[in-house]
Amino acid sequence: MAINSTGRPTTPADNQSIAQDVKTFSGSRGLLQAEPLLFEVGATDKCGVDLPRVPEHKTRLGGLERKDAIGLPGLSEPEAMRHYVRLSQRNYAIDLGLYPLGSCTMKHNPRLNEKLARLPGFADVHPLQPQSTVQGALALMGELSRWLCAITGMEAVALSPKAGAHGEWCGMMCIRAALADRGELAIRRRVLVPESAHGTNPATAAECGFEIDELPADATGRVDMQVFTDKIGPDVAAIMLTNPNTCGLFERDIREIADLIHEAGGYFYCDGANLNAIMGKTRVRDLGVDAMHINLHKTFSTPHGGGGPGAGPVVLSKRLSAYAPLPYLVRDGDQWQLIEDDAQSQEKPFGRLCAFHGQMGMFTRALAYMMSHGADGLRQVSEDAVLNANYLLARLSDEMSPAFDGACMHEALFDDEFLKNTGVTTLDFAKAMIDEGYHPMTMYFPLVVHGALLIEPTETESRESLDRFADTLLALAKAAKAGEQAKFTNAPVLAPLQRLDETQAARHPVLRWRET
Amino acid sequence: MRYLPLNEGDRTAMLARIGVSSIDDLFADIPAETRLDDLIEGLPKHATEMSVERDFTALSRQSLSAGQAAFYCGGGAYRHHVPASVDHLIQRSEFLTAYTPYQPEIAQGTLQTLFEFQTQVAQLTGMGVANASMYDGSTACAEAVRMAARITRRNKCILAPGLHPHYGQTVHTSATGNSIEVTALPPAMGQDAQMLDVLDDDTACIVVQNPNVFGELVDLQPLADAAHAKGALLIAVTTEIVSLGLVKSPGEMGADIVAAEGQSIGNGLNFGGPYVGLLACRDDRKFIRQAPGRFAGETVDASGRRGYVLTLSTREQHIRREKATSNICTNSGLCTLAFTIHLSLLGELGLRKLAALNHARACALADRLGAIDGIEILNTGFFNEFTLRLPGNAAQIVETMAQNGVLGGIPASRIFGAGRFDDLLIVAITETNTDEDDTAFEAALRGAL
Repeated sequence: MAINSTGRPTTPADNQSIAQDVKTFSGSRGLLQAEPLLFEVGATDKCGVDLPRVPEHKTRLGGLERKDAIGLPGLSEPEAMRHYVRLSQRNYAIDLGLYPLGSCTMKHNPRLNEKLARLPGFADVHPLQPQSTVQGALALMGELSRWLCAITGMEAVALSPKAGAHGEWCGMMCIRAALADRGELAIRRRVLVPESAHGTNPATAAECGFEIDELPADATGRVDMQVFTDKIGPDVAAIMLTNPNTCGLFERDIREIADLIHEAGGYFYCDGANLNAIMGKTRVRDLGVDAMHINLHKTFSTPHGGGGPGAGPVVLSKRLSAYAPLPYLVRDGDQWQLIEDDAQSQEKPFGRLCAFHGQMGMFTRALAYMMSHGADGLRQVSEDAVLNANYLLARLSDEMSPAFDGACMHEALFDDEFLKNTGVTTLDFAKAMIDEGYHPMTMYFPLVVHGALLIEPTETESRESLDRFADTLLALAKAAKAGEQAKFTNAPVLAPLQRLDETQAARHPVLRWRET
Repeated sequence: MRYLPLNEGDRTAMLARIGVSSIDDLFADIPAETRLDDLIEGLPKHATEMSVERDFTALSRQSLSAGQAAFYCGGGAYRHHVPASVDHLIQRSEFLTAYTPYQPEIAQGTLQTLFEFQTQVAQLTGMGVANASMYDGSTACAEAVRMAARITRRNKCILAPGLHPHYGQTVHTSATGNSIEVTALPPAMGQDAQMLDVLDDDTACIVVQNPNVFGELVDLQPLADAAHAKGALLIAVTTEIVSLGLVKSPGEMGADIVAAEGQSIGNGLNFGGPYVGLLACRDDRKFIRQAPGRFAGETVDASGRRGYVLTLSTREQHIRREKATSNICTNSGLCTLAFTIHLSLLGELGLRKLAALNHARACALADRLGAIDGIEILNTGFFNEFTLRLPGNAAQIVETMAQNGVLGGIPASRIFGAGRFDDLLIVAITETNTDEDDTAFEAALRGAL
């Protein structure tokens, strides 16, 4: 044992095997502090906010004063800091490591964007202030629109959708309005959706009142053109196609798909979740798209925040731009103006999507990202994202089984063939990655591949980071094949918690804390 | 480019490992006639951090921000003070840069805060359970209507005359594809009982806002009783969630579903978004099964330790696809975190005091403005927002006041459309206003009349 000059041992004894079984009195484990629920640490008479004295007044509540105990616990500021900092340490995050969730585009979130979103001219303005007093904020929305239209080549953009799925809904409602305008809504009931689509696509089409008709994938992971051609007909309203698709592949026949759907009188909705792969390499207008939402929280780096907020502006072709929802932005001389109701509108808006005009906080961040990259940087983003994914595809193919032959776009898809007869499932493999310090990839999606593992590294990973990740996955794959089943089926053992019982959670839902 | 780690050496080596000679080989599937050879037209090249910051700062200065003015705007978005610790905590990398908690073993931070959030929302609204958030109050309202239609298997919905018109329009849009028939009563104050005239056995729900869009407080109980007698549900809408520190909760007044805007707690004005939609309902399997969005639920891990997971996902789009209760996926994660942190700093004691402070300031302002010749306060009961009848066009008066550094409320015509209530001004006041603000407001208003 190495000893330093004061006699203190400087290397640990070999105690790896017992580390996992150590039980502590406090429940904490070294840097990982135990933390109960807010309701177990707070108290209703504690408060972490000092407020001024309430002036004398006679209440004017019309007899509706709240008299019951609400039960909300409070914390002083130091207690609150500890509670939330301790909880934060139970989360994986991009800032901690590679986060290869396919289709989710977990890229670095620049901190400049956080700073700029907090400037008072964007963060501390009210959505209904006189428009003359918010020209700077409106100008920013105008500039964002200009960038989005330039990148996609499209005619117009609807900014108000609050997330990708909200954007899908907006785009499909534009299509619905256009069909109604043509008097064909009653006939055109069917929307074609590839089975590899995100679940939001069929859910959206259903919310708009359409019937969903699924399109299978062909052997190369793309839309089966024979089936597509057969399904096209006078009752088809639209196709909802993700491109690049969720297998990480560019739909080679996209021009033909667009032409066929247009010839049949339908519209082409493109799910833009994967725009990150093609910015500056092609324009969706040239691909024949009529409407596409853009996830600002994917391609344009606004933080995912543990599940939002997002933003899903929708770019529209000339055929659909008149139907964009209220409110929308126009330039009137040297002034920006929001058109907020039908009486002001010269167009045919299908309605209103939400109370105000969208996710301003995401607009600022996304525009800062775009301006930082510029036209050259955005193209480089797509190239590096695709390069990184193909590099992983090439390296991981040594031990894992790619779902399809050939190059991929921004994400690499594997199936569970390489785990055959190992007793290890895709889920087990993913959980073992947690022990190795990685967030798993997207699992069991898309549905067209058995036991899918969908890996999207994004452009903000270095080669060293990709190599470490690949080395780890290759080692895991070898271990699975070598019969080290327990390493997988018990995983994770080094995370804050082991596998959670999701069946119990669903069968006996406990959705809130209650005093016992 | 500061955000891109690869250098040319990396790129060359990686292309070699892949086995292609140029990056364009990887884009070969893009139809040749649609490939872009040059940079995107009309856009500048990359910019330094300094230069982007300069451009944004210049744009920011072109707006009159609330902090620079005496500020009295509400109408669905309110300016409250958010403690510095809230913004600090939500910017911690582990919260800010995490995805939806799909891997619960390494997402307990997000999941436990969601569970705490759900509990707080349930307590605040007086309801059994709450979900993990919607986009905002208006979309929560639209989802609540569809939820009520599924629960009752009826397709008629009645909107109260005091519902925020943007909320009503959002419900209309959402109903379009879902065969829900929406009856919106003409906007009015104190006319909520009119809904009962159109309430019938086909009615799925009535939607009532409290405080309503004019700031007037509404007793939901008689409306809930009437709705329930017909087998319909009452959806209670609240755009100013701080009111629940002082005003009887929708749960206590018989609401079945609550759809609310949570922006007031933890979240800034942000020119309309992002905000945080709250959706709460009765603790009833039938309701929960038909609810939109996500729920965090308690369970145990393999060694018996307490933990949290996303649960009841068979309602959701990624499992049910076209049969899902909603297409919502990404919601308002980080805004829920800001909400839950701010509310845990306040606690019951702080929330009640905050609400009392808002109300006290509103009472004093109402007295002050009501004393101006020609101005009439229309409300009988209110929380922190009320409506004035002005002897002139409210939009023009607001414009004139703005030129004097006073953002003096929302002209009703701004949200109801010109030609309707042109003389009504909706005024909101919070703890952020000072006596000096009130004096400036009164002077500007007198000057603009």
